[in-house]
Amino acid sequence: MKILICLSNVPDTTTKIKLAGDNSAVEKAGVQWIINPWDELALTRALELKEASGGAITSVTVVTVGGADVEPTMRKGLAIGADDAIRIDAEPKDAYYVAAQIAEVAKDFDIVMTGIESSDYNSSAVGGMLSEFLNVPSVSSVSKMEIEGGDINVTREIDGGSEIVNVATPFVAIVQKGITKEPRIPAMRGIMMARKKPLNVVAAAEVEALTEFVSYELPAAKAACKMVDAENVSELVSLLKNEAKVL
Amino acid sequence: MSVLVYTENWDGKFKKLSFELISYANEMAKQLGTEVIALSIGNVEDVELKSLGAYGAAKVVSVNDDKLASLENQPYAGVIAEVAAKEAAKVVLLANNNAGKAIAPRLSVKMKAGVIAGATEVPSSYDPFTVKKKVFTGKALANVVVKSDVKIVTLAQNSFGLVEDAKDAAVEAFDASVEDVKTAVKETNKVTGKVLLNDAEVVIAGGRGLKGPENFGPVEELAELLGGATACSRPVSDEDWRPHSEHVGQTGKIIAPNLYFAFGISGAIQHLGGVSSSKVIVAVNTDKDAPIFEAADYGIIGDAQKILPELIDAIKAAKAE
Ligand SMILES: Cc1cc2nc3c(=O)[nH]c(=O)nc-3n(C[C@H](O)[C@H](O)[C@H](O)COP(=O)(O)OP(=O)(O)OC[C@H]3O[C@@H](n4cnc5c(N)ncnc54)[C@H](O)[C@@H]3O)c2cc1C
Repeated sequence: MKILICLSNVPDTTTKIKLAGDNSAVEKAGVQWIINPWDELALTRALELKEASGGAITSVTVVTVGGADVEPTMRKGLAIGADDAIRIDAEPKDAYYVAAQIAEVAKDFDIVMTGIESSDYNSSAVGGMLSEFLNVPSVSSVSKMEIEGGDINVTREIDGGSEIVNVATPFVAIVQKGITKEPRIPAMRGIMMARKKPLNVVAAAEVEALTEFVSYELPAAKAACKMVDAENVSELVSLLKNEAKVL
Repeated sequence: MSVLVYTENWDGKFKKLSFELISYANEMAKQLGTEVIALSIGNVEDVELKSLGAYGAAKVVSVNDDKLASLENQPYAGVIAEVAAKEAAKVVLLANNNAGKAIAPRLSVKMKAGVIAGATEVPSSYDPFTVKKKVFTGKALANVVVKSDVKIVTLAQNSFGLVEDAKDAAVEAFDASVEDVKTAVKETNKVTGKVLLNDAEVVIAGGRGLKGPENFGPVEELAELLGGATACSRPVSDEDWRPHSEHVGQTGKIIAPNLYFAFGISGAIQHLGGVSSSKVIVAVNTDKDAPIFEAADYGIIGDAQKILPELIDAIKAAKAE
């Protein structure tokens, strides 16, 4: 069994977003790039499952759609423990474009895992689109994944609870928090080994994006916080009631 | 031409979210000079279906099939695509919740229709079709153009509100061709009778500043008093002081209540990513320099454990007035 992890290369979560090119783009200079947090969790879980599988899971591959600038993030994926990496050489235009590209390579895998969203464009779309391109089932909001023998059970979050779903390969798991506790951090040995692991670059397929991000804005600055004295809590209640009208 | 809305139901009932979607669709339909058609999937009684008319739905298409009993995105997307074609939908709307996130992307590929996930406003232009959405977890906004003929939009929660526009909605039962379900639900665990975090108008959250799980009693009491839900910061759920389902923020739930209380929460950027769409934020923190005060509307510098019971008493007193 082979697992494919879709890695998105995103700005570190503490990045202050600045705009560039007359607000037509987001400034990339000076940004620290990381593996999208959910993708990192997916990769960690895939490695745990591989290690526990007694050889049934033969490989964990990472794939990213992007230019050569995403390779350091992919190397980090290899350092965490992925066996090999595929870079699809194209600028990601939109979720549809990315999913269509990944579908080309994902055909050869039994389980594909993506994060519930990419922390840059927050579209929660690539996993679902990919499963439709592949015409395979997908399970979203996955917070647990167990493989025992050939039996695969995933837990997905639903409104007010969760469901355990039994699913056969091939399928796409769209994962969120809970899938594993902490993402793995690359160790020195992993970083050394990652340099020698294969990172294959493949050409992009001809695909039309369906949407276009034409311009960006920064959110309006918030008014200053109104401070209430700690000795006068009832003042807060009257402000919430009469001024903000939310009580 | 029409604007088609997928209105999810919960045990046969619609929620505020469904009515908000219809209100949003109605505004769009007016601007496009067309009408709103709602699509309901599952077993919902006619009176409930007709209630969507109150916010402007002209017609409700109801699809009920045993194979759709569990929420499987593949057959659901198939049904929505079939109805969208039948009703010549120009725009298909869904909520940006668990179901919408699972269905909209599949629908996009099926219909070769571009999707904007988490729209916060009605389109600023219809030609080209341009909608604003949050990106970088609320740190920026983007204007996105959909280039395909049919457009799919999911609406960010609590971003439009309810606008009544009473119509006598016609109910039409429709026999859709439903694909076979390829996954099997083995077990469902649901809490009932509690206000769900994503639906709550008021959310009371506690952070590491509350010092331990034993101090969350007043947080629950305040939630109960205000008919709200409880939430927490990530370290609080990581340390199992509170259930994971309560974790809000960039990597947890993204919420947009009318009123959000942060007790002993520092206001890290990842936390704010999940709560900054709240209409009003109240922060209580011992540290006057805590970043939460930059995001808050009202603040108290003080010990959360001391303030919480006082606040509960003050609200009770105000309610008794
Ligand atoms: C990739 C990534 C994703 C993340 N995602 C999330 C996320 O989704 N959600 C999230 O919440 N965090 C997230 N974090 C963690 C985030 O960076 C912060 O560490 C976290 O939000 C801090 O939680 P806290 O405010 O409860 O605790 P702390 O940072 O420890 O702050 C506690 C606060 O309580 C105050 N305090 C102490 N005693 C009292 C008292 N008696 N009364 C009142 N106030 C008191 C302190 O002044 C302090 O401000 C993420 C981090 C990373 C790196």
